[in-house]
Amino acid sequence: MSVTTDTNIIGGVAAKFRTCPATGLDIDLAAQRLIKANAVAAIVFLAIGGLFGLLVALTRWPAVHLLSSDMFYLVLTAHGLDVLLVWIIFFEIAVLYFASAILLNCRLAAPRIAWVAFGLMMAGALLANVTVLQGEASVMFTSYVPLKAPPNFYLGLILFAVGALLGCFIFLGTLVIAKEEKTYEGSIPLVTFGALTACIIAVFTIASGAIILIPTWLWSLGYISHIDTVMYKLVWWAMGHSSQQINMAAQVAIWYAIPAILLGAKPLSEKVSRAAFLMYILFLQLASAHHMLVEPGISSEWKVFNTSYAIYLAVLGSMIHGMSIPGAIEAAQRRNGFTNGVFEWLRRAPWANPAWAGMFLSLVMFGFLGGISGVVLGTEQINIMLHNTLYVPGHFHATVVAGTTLAFMAITYLLVPLIFQREIIWPRLAKWQPYLFGLGAAGISLFMMGAGTLGVSRRHWDITFSDATLSFDYPPAAFLMLGLNGMSGILAAIGGGLFVVIIVASVLFGKKVDASNIVAALGPKPQKQMSDAVTSYGSAGTFHLPGTYILVSIFFTAFVLYYFVNWKYLSELWQMG
Amino acid sequence: MAKAKTETAEAVESVRIPPMQRLLDNHFLLLFLGVVVPTVLYLLWGVMELSQIPIAE
Repeated sequence: MSVTTDTNIIGGVAAKFRTCPATGLDIDLAAQRLIKANAVAAIVFLAIGGLFGLLVALTRWPAVHLLSSDMFYLVLTAHGLDVLLVWIIFFEIAVLYFASAILLNCRLAAPRIAWVAFGLMMAGALLANVTVLQGEASVMFTSYVPLKAPPNFYLGLILFAVGALLGCFIFLGTLVIAKEEKTYEGSIPLVTFGALTACIIAVFTIASGAIILIPTWLWSLGYISHIDTVMYKLVWWAMGHSSQQINMAAQVAIWYAIPAILLGAKPLSEKVSRAAFLMYILFLQLASAHHMLVEPGISSEWKVFNTSYAIYLAVLGSMIHGMSIPGAIEAAQRRNGFTNGVFEWLRRAPWANPAWAGMFLSLVMFGFLGGISGVVLGTEQINIMLHNTLYVPGHFHATVVAGTTLAFMAITYLLVPLIFQREIIWPRLAKWQPYLFGLGAAGISLFMMGAGTLGVSRRHWDITFSDATLSFDYPPAAFLMLGLNGMSGILAAIGGGLFVVIIVASVLFGKKVDASNIVAALGPKPQKQMSDAVTSYGSAGTFHLPGTYILVSIFFTAFVLYYFVNWKYLSELWQMG
Repeated sequence: MAKAKTETAEAVESVRIPPMQRLLDNHFLLLFLGVVVPTVLYLLWGVMELSQIPIAE
């Protein structure tokens, strides 16, 4: 049973806490309410955006071709808005509050302002959605000028961004409070450091959004006569792509958090993992440049530096996490007694626990599908083969859907018992949910990348060009790819729908969690008590990781082969002599 | 005497924190770097290049 107490904190500020029966941490009730509100809002928008996504996939399936062209672009705009921005950032704000107030065992800074932030984000999201659904703002997620949406579309995005920015400052303020109150010793835990990385990238992202969206809003109102199209694109992508880098940092933090909670996993080296996050802080946002690789008017020096130099430093950070996280898992599992052979630690991982399964699938699919394709797209020379093809949505569905969304789903299975204090109902169904969604998301990513490799352009309503003056025939394999993409979309929609239903039903009707059932409520796991590894600083202290070395070698082999195969394709584009 | 010794030990301990760790523990310096580096390398550099394109007549 959780105990609620009043505690006076510095500056005469009082906050109400309960004691978590699993961790013994004092949980600020104001922070808990805000985490709940942001997580619920996120899941509602995931459901709406996911439904729009299914409609898009069914329209791209040539045999079904569900929507008219007008509706397709309307739904595509709403899908991008709701899942790339609203679902993700609402959830990230919940992660920021969890990683600060909960993991640092302190009160949340300025909860009233946090509610204002939530209100602004909600108002902005609703305003932008309503404007899109009214049919006058089918400008897609990028809203490239001179496409002009009604002012409320831009105003909605601005309000949402201001709210998210306030949330970031509340996170930073909470770090200050925790330091002042000495609720942790030494450095902040690695998961909180990952959240800090996400917060820093978010500040740059939102500032860039303000720089471009405020003038565009004024242009839409008629106060500004002209917005330069290339300048818009340059600054917009500092927001558009960096917003996905917030996901990257947040999901890596979650990849460290879930094995820490379930298995007691500690990073192989705290210092090295933190240095990898530093690479993200310094260089990850520069990946925005790959959207500008075919723009005239920008020098090769700018393009090559921002992509082929800076991106590689951020990729180095990902490589470090890519070895450190499975290594941390292997070290923890071997410490837990799974020492037979090379892979017993992996076989005996809690695969029936949806938090674990979602986390591991997210890690593998992000690395193999999203990571490798991201490096290919970020290389100026080979990007030209795939630029603005369906390969690009294939890549970012691997990163944002198979990677981030699955990771966020996974941590939700732990947030429900820990923060909502409810058991997951229908645990057997929950066990299969990450596999269903993961398989669907992997299919969407692979088949769109396949269609893109065959030249299918992105954002196109009808690849048969049925009423075009000049006809064009894509190879039959492209049609097969889009059919398989549609089927994968259905699978992902079933998996996503299951997630929404399970979580909503658990929050509303799940059995209350107290000291007697909290550990069991976290799902199957090898140890009978909750680990405190997620809230503390420290390394695993071993490098005896034969299984991890094999897995990493497989990844590197796949990476090198795919990367150079694309260079071979490039060499065949223009026959010399 | 014992108190002075403890204080000296604490002072030595605080001096021994490696520079990299001090950087990683300074959250607001990280925020500064995380905003300034992409602003200079991506935004300002890019805007400077675009602003030098001659306007068509």
